[in-house]
Amino acid sequence: MIQITIISGKGGTGKTSLTASLVALSNNTVIADCDVDASNLHLLLNPEISETIEFKGLKLAVIDQLKCINCGLCMEKCRFDAIKDYVVNSNSCEGCGLCVYICPVKAIDFIDRVCGYAYISDTDFGPMVHARLNPGMENSGKLVTLVRQKATEIAENNNKNLVLIDGPPGIGCPVIASLASINAAIIVVEPTLSGIHDLERAISLTNHFNIIPLVCINKYDINNANTDAIRSLCLEKDINILGLIPFDNKVTKAMVEAKSVIKYDPNSPASIEIKKIWSKLNDIFNI
Amino acid sequence: MKIAVASGKGGTGKTSVAVGLALAAEKSQLLDCDVEEPNIHILLKPNILETEKVEVQVPRIDDLKCNYCGDCAKFCQFNALFVVGDTAMVFPNLCHSCEGCIEVCKQNAIVYEPRCIGEIFIGKKDEIDVIYGLLDIGEALAVPIISAIKKKSIGEGIIILDAPPGTACPLAETVKDVDYCILVTEPTPFGLHDLEIAVEVVNQLGVPIGVIVNFAGVGNDEVYKYCKEKNLPILMEIPFDRKIAELYSNGIHFSLEMLEWKKNFSRLLKKICEVY
Amino acid sequence: MKVAVSSTGNKLESMIEQRFGRSPYFIIIDTDTMESEIVSNIGTGYAHGAGVGASQFLASKGVKAVITGNLGPNAYGALRAAKINAYTNFSGTVIDAIEKFKNNELKEFSSPTVPSHTGTGNTVSGRGQGRGRMR
Repeated sequence: MIQITIISGKGGTGKTSLTASLVALSNNTVIADCDVDASNLHLLLNPEISETIEFKGLKLAVIDQLKCINCGLCMEKCRFDAIKDYVVNSNSCEGCGLCVYICPVKAIDFIDRVCGYAYISDTDFGPMVHARLNPGMENSGKLVTLVRQKATEIAENNNKNLVLIDGPPGIGCPVIASLASINAAIIVVEPTLSGIHDLERAISLTNHFNIIPLVCINKYDINNANTDAIRSLCLEKDINILGLIPFDNKVTKAMVEAKSVIKYDPNSPASIEIKKIWSKLNDIFNI
Repeated sequence: MKIAVASGKGGTGKTSVAVGLALAAEKSQLLDCDVEEPNIHILLKPNILETEKVEVQVPRIDDLKCNYCGDCAKFCQFNALFVVGDTAMVFPNLCHSCEGCIEVCKQNAIVYEPRCIGEIFIGKKDEIDVIYGLLDIGEALAVPIISAIKKKSIGEGIIILDAPPGTACPLAETVKDVDYCILVTEPTPFGLHDLEIAVEVVNQLGVPIGVIVNFAGVGNDEVYKYCKEKNLPILMEIPFDRKIAELYSNGIHFSLEMLEWKKNFSRLLKKICEVY
Repeated sequence: MKVAVSSTGNKLESMIEQRFGRSPYFIIIDTDTMESEIVSNIGTGYAHGAGVGASQFLASKGVKAVITGNLGPNAYGALRAAKINAYTNFSGTVIDAIEKFKNNELKEFSSPTVPSHTGTGNTVSGRGQGRGRMR
């Protein structure tokens, strides 16, 4: 089983649109959307949810007002300033349990909290796992891990040979969890100065974790000089460029129709290039 | 006056709006709270005047005092401590600095010591004070860097905060004590979906919201319908314009070349300052 | 000697789970008596530090060796501190792993096989070193 994660340092580079198109081109794939705090892939793949799994993150402290003697020790000791007027603010509480431990009258309960949900579903292009973190909750690698675990389980049980992972933005904990034990990472970049900067950060992240980076330049024709700069950067670092996708307004039109660009117009300029990318991936990984 | 510029989805032009507002003010502080992928300094190229390491406090166990009872490891919700036999270990990268282990240790064998997780930079570009931070590669916790950036700003004048993407705790940390939050979106299903989640987070924090629609004209009108329904004012529409995209790709803010936009941003800033 | 195998299922015929900290089950087998105990891994429930949590749990069970797929540096450090030997990069069934272990056919690994999920990876900067006495 091959696992490939699609990432981009910066959001909005077309990562999800590319993922949806690659999914549409494949026929034996499990889809894992690991962008759990702003997932979008489901908007293009119309999944039918067959199973919902509760996701419990860190616990939450709750003060029993009947037992509380208003001594203020919890407010003094909480390092997250999460307790005001003897009430725990669930947005600030990190679930460390310190107040529960120090309360002299045992007035603080430590309860499980549901921080989000993972969903298993069917799409026209194969099984999919995605998730939604409740707004403002701490995102840990745990929900990403849960999504990936369900996806690989489905792949193993159904003899699927590819797990395509739509990764979260950034370089923090969720991204790292989406990169653990994969075969390669596709970094999607736009030819902008900040895009190049983010690409460099993403490459050092993949190097750091010994993962093969593959680069895809999206809207390459909005700035040819920057595209050339990315080309030489990749050449210098010996990184394979999978493809150069032209600016194509069909991509947005497809999105408005809730479709991948491949399904919306298989002969549009972006679709033609994405097909080439897909066949390159096939050559590299024998999918 | 603290104004946060946020968006659930990345790549909606949040940074462009934040920089546009800062450039329109006579004098401002601009805080880049996206510490995983900061971009403002690339657009503005400020002179860096000062850098500062960001440290968090993590436990160290004194071998001479430790009796390997394991209470600290049992207590730690983050599994940052490990005790077995006559070995006690600290995994500083898992620590959230709650100081609970110090409380539970009956031997007083635990002390806190600093550990560096990133850096913040304080710079100046004309009349804009720019503060941004960088999380070290491989580190997981962005929030301490965001709060270090916020602590560096002096609390007066016009302060613009460029929020990190996503809707998890780094966003909440950035927005929690601001006066006003601008959410930048695009008129597409992705934009709408992420706007809805961001609105939920910002509402929870009790901060008033206005919306800017970027790339206006590319998608459909669902975002407008949503804003009308939720009573969210549309503060500005920025059309999809190849010129803006090309200027951005070269690291030039469009309001510097297309002067009508400088006026638009300064009008918007004035309006927000009058009302809030 | 007690050996723990990370397992995808709750049977001796189940396949080995490639992840250690977030393995659904551990099957603990006493290689002298071949008695086995199946435990759900509490580590899957941790938001953070699943590998360290699982190591702590297995140490408390008196386990002396672990057979798994991949091991991150945090878990590796914890197992080493607990003097539990780690045999990694194994795929196949649990019972197969135990047979190979008994025949001394498994190779002990001396370094983590995957980067830490939260950690500093190869550029070690004060990560997970034993800070206690290791006699």
